[in-house]
Amino acid sequence: MREMISMIVVLTVLTAVSGGLLAAVKSGTEVQIENQVLKFQKAPAIQDIFPEATNDPLAERFTIKTGDIELQVFPTLLSDGSKAIAFETKGGAFGGPIGLMVGINLDTDEIVDVRVTTHSETPGIGSRAKEDLSFVAQFSGLKMDTNFALKGDGGVIDAMSGASVTSKGVSIAAAQAKEIYQKLKPEIVKQMK
Amino acid sequence: MAQSLAKEFTKGLWAEIPPFRLVLGLCPVLAVTKSVENGIGMGVATTFVLVFSNLLISLLRNVIPSKVRIACYIVIIATFVTIVELVMQAYTYELFLKLGIFIPLIVVNCIVLGRAEAFASKNGPVLSIADGMGIGIGFTLSLAALGAVREILGNGTITIWGGTPIFEMGANFLPFRFMIEAPGAFVGLGLMLCMMNLIGKK
Repeated sequence: MREMISMIVVLTVLTAVSGGLLAAVKSGTEVQIENQVLKFQKAPAIQDIFPEATNDPLAERFTIKTGDIELQVFPTLLSDGSKAIAFETKGGAFGGPIGLMVGINLDTDEIVDVRVTTHSETPGIGSRAKEDLSFVAQFSGLKMDTNFALKGDGGVIDAMSGASVTSKGVSIAAAQAKEIYQKLKPEIVKQMK
Repeated sequence: MAQSLAKEFTKGLWAEIPPFRLVLGLCPVLAVTKSVENGIGMGVATTFVLVFSNLLISLLRNVIPSKVRIACYIVIIATFVTIVELVMQAYTYELFLKLGIFIPLIVVNCIVLGRAEAFASKNGPVLSIADGMGIGIGFTLSLAALGAVREILGNGTITIWGGTPIFEMGANFLPFRFMIEAPGAFVGLGLMLCMMNLIGKK
């Protein structure tokens, strides 16, 4: 009995201390990690989506808070003079959340382009969503009221063969972007002026 | 004391150098040694985990009940691995992207668990740190050596941190890509094991 108690106590104390330590490290590195993700994931994605941006979307980024949604928005001016924004959403995929940067033309409500950012998909299979641009290219030019689900689910997006869960994750992220966009567009336009 | 301290440290560098003598921890050895830089990064991360998990396990060796010792070791090791992962993400993001899944896999690396079970659970903290340092540095050197062989043969260069290569084969050298593909890892490791055994025989 004493042995049993000592086992329970030792394991409990050990896991509790470890959990506390990790929480401290996580909160200590959070800002720095956020910066690194911005530099190495979001910045290249935005550059790909808006290659002709006439401003610096990263420097002009702003945050919108409504209710429980907090959204980081990257505004830009396209070469034809129309305003556009980019923001990131997440969808649940095979290896965890998959990040999708969605660029939207505010004047026409059309998607300019999308790019996958952070992900933990299987290299060579799910990771093609990021590396092989033919999959994400399907989104460019679509109206924001399109059904972004996969074709098998009644939508318009062709899944990547062999990576249907990843494809679904991307389409969930896109659908979420649609929902956020419809809800927050007036607010975004107001902030952009 | 000083003599045995030096002995515990140096055994990891030659007599018990992990991938070649103990043939442990082969998963990262085969997977990340595409370049010297990756090898060193992986080695340093593993060394950090080894030193601190050895220290903590050795300090707690009389408290941890033997029936749940493996569970306790895994908790301790996993904690340090997660710290390494977060710190790498925060400060060396590019390296983190290259090593990817192999950082969390240090948790189940036989070397770390092996040192905890075979050494740190039976010896004092100072000796355990020396042991962890020795094995860790030995591991780093092996990864760097194998990485160097593969990078030179497969790419013709050695590049560490930053764009300019510190070593370059002549312009007439035709790199064979095979060496930086997965099968090249097996061939490279096999040849190095063979060399180590030849040298050890004399």
